[in-house]
Amino acid sequence: MANSVHNQMVKIDASGVLHRELNAKLRDEVANGTQKIQIHNVYGQRYIGTDLGKPVEIEIFGTPGNDLGAFMDGLRIIVHGNAQDGCGNTMNEGEIIVHGHAGDITGLAARGGKIFVRDDVGYRAGIHMKEYGDKKPVVVIGGTAQDFFGEYMAGGILILLGLNLNEGTRHRANFVGTGMHGGVIYLRGGIEDYQLGKEVGVAQIEEEDCQILQKFVSQFASHFGYDVGEILKHNFCKLFPRWLRPYGRLYAY
Amino acid sequence: MRDIAQVNNPYHDDKVIDACSLFGAMDTSGRRFSGEGVIRAIANMHFRSNGLGGGFAIYGLYPEYAESYAFHIMYLSEEGRKQVEAFLRDRFYLVYDEEVPTRPTPGIVDPPLVRRYFLEVGGQKHAEQSEDDYIVNQVMEINTKLQDAFVFSSGKDMAVFKGQGYPEEIAAYFCLEQYEGYLWTTHGRFPTNTPGWWGGAHPFCVLDWTVVHNGEISSYGINRRYLEQFGYHCTMQTDTEVVAYAVDLLMRKHNLPVEIMAKVLAAPFWTDIERRPPEEQKLLRTLRQVYGSLLLNGPFTAIIAHQGEMIGFTDRIRLRPLIVGVKGDMLYLSSEESAIRLICSNIDRTWIPAGGEPIVGSLRSPLQSSAAVERRC
Repeated sequence: MANSVHNQMVKIDASGVLHRELNAKLRDEVANGTQKIQIHNVYGQRYIGTDLGKPVEIEIFGTPGNDLGAFMDGLRIIVHGNAQDGCGNTMNEGEIIVHGHAGDITGLAARGGKIFVRDDVGYRAGIHMKEYGDKKPVVVIGGTAQDFFGEYMAGGILILLGLNLNEGTRHRANFVGTGMHGGVIYLRGGIEDYQLGKEVGVAQIEEEDCQILQKFVSQFASHFGYDVGEILKHNFCKLFPRWLRPYGRLYAY
Repeated sequence: MRDIAQVNNPYHDDKVIDACSLFGAMDTSGRRFSGEGVIRAIANMHFRSNGLGGGFAIYGLYPEYAESYAFHIMYLSEEGRKQVEAFLRDRFYLVYDEEVPTRPTPGIVDPPLVRRYFLEVGGQKHAEQSEDDYIVNQVMEINTKLQDAFVFSSGKDMAVFKGQGYPEEIAAYFCLEQYEGYLWTTHGRFPTNTPGWWGGAHPFCVLDWTVVHNGEISSYGINRRYLEQFGYHCTMQTDTEVVAYAVDLLMRKHNLPVEIMAKVLAAPFWTDIERRPPEEQKLLRTLRQVYGSLLLNGPFTAIIAHQGEMIGFTDRIRLRPLIVGVKGDMLYLSSEESAIRLICSNIDRTWIPAGGEPIVGSLRSPLQSSAAVERRC
């Protein structure tokens, strides 16, 4: 593992390095006070950014493996490439910025922090995200999502921008918000009623929603070089949970 | 091989569950390439499997014997070998046979003998049956009635190499870096209910159809009973076996195109069917009515291959991963994107297909000259 130190910035070549070694190396670097780490030639190493617990910045060049930033607490990860499945699994605080697409179950069970994905996400993005007090996870996706977007969502904010949809086409995801019982989803781009889970309602956005969108879409736009005004010109709709306990009566007789 | 259940499934579970790594690479122009890249790709997903099964299927493998059926057979005893070789001499013309070359490899413990036979079927031997049916029957007979032998593969110009170990260990053991083919599929196994064994590793093969699979076919029981009506006997009690036979039935015997095959195995929901145009509704309803017992339920990703074609698809709600990559004439299918990028850093495009949607690479429509794959995404 060749590396070279430039002040507080460390470069790591991850070619042929197993995930355990790589994560141990990251822990050592962070313990030694390194503020910025670049990891090059990343091919599928899992759990990058877990168990570090300091607000450092990690830039990844390549394709990080599953569970990128799992249980992450306060760092900032920038991916120059695509993320695989389980990105931001149960993250608590911090930021993941993906200059590409992300796989299935992006942001699953997140309880805080932010994820920005430039392109599409796979199945079940935002599944069972949750919030408590001031801990409120936010996931902003520039492209479109696949089925079960926001499944069993219990809190937090999901924003789906559909920037790569052609004029007049809609999102293709079905079962959006199935089992949702908390949090909110903002959608830009068309969706039909049948694509939504039974547990969600649709509403027009209000002043408070506009403020939320302004805040997080601005951040998204600055990460990826978009014009926020252009994005926010289009109509958005809001999906909300109709019940707090959608399955409360399922097994009750 | 008789009493396979004693080896594979001593507790007589109804089925065996596993969750694994898959990789497939095909040059749709038909150019043959070494397995070096494919081996690196599957090794990169080492942690998806647990060393209890790894295997490879290679097509375009034996051009010098392209017209013969290439049987790869595993033996647990010298007695088993004698019996099977007498059986083969009785049922086939033997063109050539030899031991499959291997090298001592760390991690490969107590390997069985594996031999390959290039066989031809004389006209008088199969009477009214088609040659393919004749082959299937002989394979079923060896696997169910003869002792200590198991047929890994039985197709033309292709073969399966598999065993107990991580896939990269199996590749090293069988010296696979020395072979070339235009289509490779490979698998790393993570069996969760029963011990792995050499025959229980993927790919599963009947004729030149192979299947590698990640997930669990919870409809195994009903699928198996349906397939038994057509003479397919599930001998390995591993759920993947039903996929191989279902595909052989639908595509070879019933001559259905791959898109229809996918609509049978991963049928659209009734609510989806209701929104389709009337003609399509009629087709989809008919398929669900006729082939209802072949619907695969439960989470799965499978890569199916036969001569000239590779097909990848997941269950309809995509409970197991699959990612597609395209570069020129090359089509890649993988459990993880990193494995594709590792061996093709300048890939044109990668994407995640929708659940149940088949991704097909075919020699009949090379990627460069058609939009076959592009159209489907």
